[in-house]
Amino acid sequence: MDKKKYERPVILKQQSGLMNKFGSATSTQPMTDIEGVPVAELAAAYGSPLFVLSEKKMRDTQQQCQRIFRSRYPKVQFAWSYKTNYMNAVCSIFHSEGSWAEVVSEFEFDRARHLGVRGEHIIFNGPAKSAAALEKAVRAHSKIHIDHFDELYELIEITTSLGLKADVAIRVNVDVGIYPKWDRFGFNYENGEAREALKRIAASKTLRIVGLHMHIGTYIMSTEPFRVAVSKLVALANWLKQQLAIDLDYIDVGGGLPSHNTLKGQYLQADETLPALEQFADAITAPLFELESHGDAMPTLILESGRALVDGAGYLISTVLAVKRLSDGKRAYVIDAGINLLFTSLWYKHKMVPAQPTGVMREQANIYGPLCMNIDCIQEDASVPALKKGDRVVLMNVGAYTMTQWMQFITFRPAIVLITADGSPHVIRKAESLEYVMSLEEIPPSLRSLSA
Amino acid sequence: MSSTQISTSLAVSENGFLFLPTTGETFTVNETGRFILRRLQEGREQQEIISSLIDEFDVEPVDAQRDVLDFIGQLRQYHLTDTQ
Ligand SMILES: Cc1ncc(COP(=O)(O)O)c(C=O)c1O
Repeated sequence: MDKKKYERPVILKQQSGLMNKFGSATSTQPMTDIEGVPVAELAAAYGSPLFVLSEKKMRDTQQQCQRIFRSRYPKVQFAWSYKTNYMNAVCSIFHSEGSWAEVVSEFEFDRARHLGVRGEHIIFNGPAKSAAALEKAVRAHSKIHIDHFDELYELIEITTSLGLKADVAIRVNVDVGIYPKWDRFGFNYENGEAREALKRIAASKTLRIVGLHMHIGTYIMSTEPFRVAVSKLVALANWLKQQLAIDLDYIDVGGGLPSHNTLKGQYLQADETLPALEQFADAITAPLFELESHGDAMPTLILESGRALVDGAGYLISTVLAVKRLSDGKRAYVIDAGINLLFTSLWYKHKMVPAQPTGVMREQANIYGPLCMNIDCIQEDASVPALKKGDRVVLMNVGAYTMTQWMQFITFRPAIVLITADGSPHVIRKAESLEYVMSLEEIPPSLRSLSA
Repeated sequence: MSSTQISTSLAVSENGFLFLPTTGETFTVNETGRFILRRLQEGREQQEIISSLIDEFDVEPVDAQRDVLDFIGQLRQYHLTDTQ
């Protein structure tokens, strides 16, 4: 006789009358495959943990964003925010969709050049550009977004001594009512600093003002801050036109659009509370029609969206290493992916889905990573069906700021696999090995015998 | 091997709904949990419960052993066992 299907015994206390503080019911549908490739096969072939990216998801999302913005404003250019995910394969996908490169360091600048991005299609942001990096950017005719006066003067010096001109914008910080204020980057709008900087640039012989730039923050949860900020940039552009007779090539509104992740402390799922992309696009584009005449040409709207484009295309396959109970009886799991790989779990409740069928009962459980460190907690009070040692799980929406912010700490960084548009998996970054990690180390001669 | 005393007042319905009249608390329990609970209420020994679980369900002996102990831990956590 066939035996009954087994599910780990679970008893749950009913919390009647209380709002379910763990948010809306989530489906217990397992995620058995990613873009048609079985999770079990991926883990068997490439190991666990394993980052998996979907080319199709990236392209679909980028194309959808382009449609939404282009149907509202005639000239739109995306610039891929390298720091969000600068794996070569990922950048190549966004560049092939027409995106420029948005970089914030010489390292990222060099990566973009290595991939063959044309110099004038690189936007160079950031508060810490070295003289060498600035010189490279000037020679490549990249668009340099000046962050502060010291950089402005240094750039004048560099261009003067090279006898070259540079296309520049300034980063402008504006008060949009978000706390904490993001006023540490760029020149302030309200106190007149931005206008002073623009006057200084206009007076220089080597710098040409081609744009205005802002980036008001990341994971902005409402549309109003964008409307306010873009309105202020437009007012500044109109002032430039009136006072200095300068027509801009572009207005760069930065990134900041949210992804589908739910933030810690949010009870409802992100998708239930966040405005739609169309609403963000309305808020960003509407104020642009207040721009005073720019001859025939309207300035291009540049977007440096990062997480909104790639988060949903990233998955992290992980394996349950242990099922535990804490001293108060609470369920806890140890999985093989930790905070070393998911820095983002400090502020996100990454959705975790089993990769094989489970029972329908859900327990509240803490999900710990494998590090022998108290900070290594992926999520507290996650609502998960009963899992057992060896089960695979998939952490969702992990494409942004993970593969760039991960740490080689205690253990290796795993492989990254891209499922290409034809549905086949390709390793785009190998798993680290001991030789790779130690290849940069040296032991001074006096210590060598000790290690024998 | 030990047996675990379940609170005598605990009422278990056929569909896995539990009620503890002394505190007014209610619980839900899944099929395997109900299977174990019923046998604990009958005063069965742990080892005997593990064996019948293995007979009835598609489960490896080590998993059954571990899960029964874990389940009793859950009952204790909710004060559903009588402490001697
Ligand atoms: C200047 C700049 N542009 C774009 C981005 C991308 O932001 P997001 O991922 O929020 O779209 C960032 C990220 O912080 C940034 O600093």
